[in-house]
Amino acid sequence: MNEQKHNNPNEQKSLHEKTDKIIEVVGVTKVFDDVTVVDDMNLSIKRGEFVTLLGPSGCGKTTLLRMIAGFETPTSGKIFIGSKDVTYIPPHKRGINTVFQKYALFPHLNVFGNIAYGLKNKRIFDKTITDKKGVEKDVYRKFSKKEIEEKVKRALKVVGLEGYEHRDVNSLSGGQQQRVAIARAIVCEPKVLLLDEPLGALDLKMRKEMQLELKAMHKNLGITFVYVTHDQEEALTMSDRVVVMNDGVIQQVGVPKKIYDEPSNAFVASFIGESNILSGTMIADYNVSFCGEKFRCLDKGFEKNEKVDLVIRPEDIEISEQGQLEGKVIDVVFKGTFYQMEIATEGYEFTVQSTVGRKAGETVRLAIAPNSIHIMKKLRTTNTFVTVLDSDTSIELCGGSFEIINDGSLVKGDRVKVTIPFDKIELTDDESDGIIGVNVAQTLYKGSYYQVQIYTDTDEDFYLDTDIDWDIDDRVGLKIKPEDIILQKLEEENEEADV
Amino acid sequence: MIRHEKLKKVIALTFVYITLILMYVPIIILIIYSFTESRTIGNWTGFSVQLYINMFEDPEIMGALTNSVIIALASSLLATAIGTFSAVGIYHLRKAPKVYMDTVSQITMVNADIVTGIAFMLFFLIIKVIPDGFGTLIIAHTIICIPYVIMSVTPRLTQLNPNLYEAGLDLGSPPIKTMLTVILPQLIPGMIAGFALSFTLSLDDFVITKFINGDVDTISTYLYTKIKVKGVQPELRAMSTVILLAIMLILVFINVYNKIKKNKTTSR
Repeated sequence: MNEQKHNNPNEQKSLHEKTDKIIEVVGVTKVFDDVTVVDDMNLSIKRGEFVTLLGPSGCGKTTLLRMIAGFETPTSGKIFIGSKDVTYIPPHKRGINTVFQKYALFPHLNVFGNIAYGLKNKRIFDKTITDKKGVEKDVYRKFSKKEIEEKVKRALKVVGLEGYEHRDVNSLSGGQQQRVAIARAIVCEPKVLLLDEPLGALDLKMRKEMQLELKAMHKNLGITFVYVTHDQEEALTMSDRVVVMNDGVIQQVGVPKKIYDEPSNAFVASFIGESNILSGTMIADYNVSFCGEKFRCLDKGFEKNEKVDLVIRPEDIEISEQGQLEGKVIDVVFKGTFYQMEIATEGYEFTVQSTVGRKAGETVRLAIAPNSIHIMKKLRTTNTFVTVLDSDTSIELCGGSFEIINDGSLVKGDRVKVTIPFDKIELTDDESDGIIGVNVAQTLYKGSYYQVQIYTDTDEDFYLDTDIDWDIDDRVGLKIKPEDIILQKLEEENEEADV
Repeated sequence: MIRHEKLKKVIALTFVYITLILMYVPIIILIIYSFTESRTIGNWTGFSVQLYINMFEDPEIMGALTNSVIIALASSLLATAIGTFSAVGIYHLRKAPKVYMDTVSQITMVNADIVTGIAFMLFFLIIKVIPDGFGTLIIAHTIICIPYVIMSVTPRLTQLNPNLYEAGLDLGSPPIKTMLTVILPQLIPGMIAGFALSFTLSLDDFVITKFINGDVDTISTYLYTKIKVKGVQPELRAMSTVILLAIMLILVFINVYNKIKKNKTTSR
């Protein structure tokens, strides 16, 4: 990244500036109608960086961007731009500009009028005068007509629309409108340019072209870019740093290569690129077991026999006689430069990419090198909640009443810690068949089963393992057998009772 | 089968024409007989524009006409301004209060004029600040026109890019300036339609006006008094024709304007 910066004429200045933070998000939480969209977020962005907020729709990335822009106010936490607290400063006083997903050009103005709009609002330092009392005062002035014309012209040149000044914005194509929207924002020379899925409305070819152009613009302008997208390829191609978000929480921050090679958890691994995500057990440092076999790996520092998630990229699996795993080819698809195969082994169906294709039905052996196995801590190993007994034989949980088996040690009103294993939770097609209704947030294929994350109406999360691939956003019922609910009485309650 | 279809078509068209004839024949007769001098309709005494000359020379008629135009202009301008801002306000409310406000703002449109009229009369009687006349008429007409402006402006708002206002703020414009330089220009077509609608409404209102006009005569109250006292004067035929033409012109203007706007947006 630093090498790239050497082309920049401001290099001398920007070298030390690059280390300071232009945006700082400190403990920011945003709650909309009782739903936490952004949860205690901490993030800092360096001057001149190209940072991408990446995540599925509804993960809070756009809300975070809108809070930086000033269109939303955080429920709690603070936002700093250039070390100034802007949490409650309205958008027109923030000195940063936004490129909106649907352009939001002003339909009653032509291209020139649109781009000049921001310049007409700007005041620039003119001179310092000394008033009668001898106090020095800075005088600000508007841009002159000529200056505006020049700046608009230059901005149009940057986005490749020279000579379009007098066009009606409604007569332009989507790509051209987006260029005008970018010109309108960069002409104000903002400290930070925020881009909210700016290429989302363009077709694939146009999008690829604009990706490269935006990247080049970032390099030439030296402005900090904060870019929001749900397209992982876009994020990896364009950014200096990627922030992967899910459910209002940052999952991982890192350079694109690190995010791809060393995803910090199963969510990041599944969201970025194609991957095989399995559950395994750490037998010892550098030793992991999965699919009934032991493998050497490069990871350590886990507890003995700790359950872990592990990711193996399809291109890292080799079909070879010396392979540790035996499998049967189920499906082969030729993808132009490689074959993609589904290979079923004991307990997991691997996706494998190879330049050599095998026939469906063939039995092969798979070799996985230690450096191809990336071990991740499990996001959660059990579902744990703290709640109270709403009767002697049931507990209140996420807005529902679940029956329990009470050995007689618990009475109504007792506070308990509830543990429910992943595989003991049952989802029902019909919401009314379950004890409570829940929404499917995401599902993750783990080879032989799906790991499903659901959220309740009280905004609690459950993880569960199931054989069925539930549709995301489906409304389903949830039930748990009384014998599968593990209860532990909480001690504090007793102390309180004693008092 | 084909004959059957044809018969259906003929019957349908017959109904349409009968309806149109019933609606327009009286008006057409009125217009035709405004160009003859006879005292009674049905007695053609030769073409003449004398009634029009009489009308324009009659100070009472011209006075009433001027009053009507002044009241209509003032109240529709006020209604357009207030209605536009109300529409923007209502549009940006949260869901529950929005539905509530939508309904509440439209009630006076369906309310019986006689109820509205009596309500205004009592209201102005109670507050006793403004004597019946121009003041009360302009206030009342403004209020009855506001829902129509809201109704014409709201569709424009729903078509706006939701980020437009934010884009204005983002480019350094304070909220009020953004409202005036970004949002308002988008609403102008709706505002013009609302203004024209208000103008015709105010111009031909009789029921509400009659309750609160004091000694100010508008066209409608003037006509009513005249007919009651002297019977139908021939000049009233000319006057009715003029009013009809004025309102027709406004309606044609609204329709043509909307059509041009529509063509422009669809060609984008």
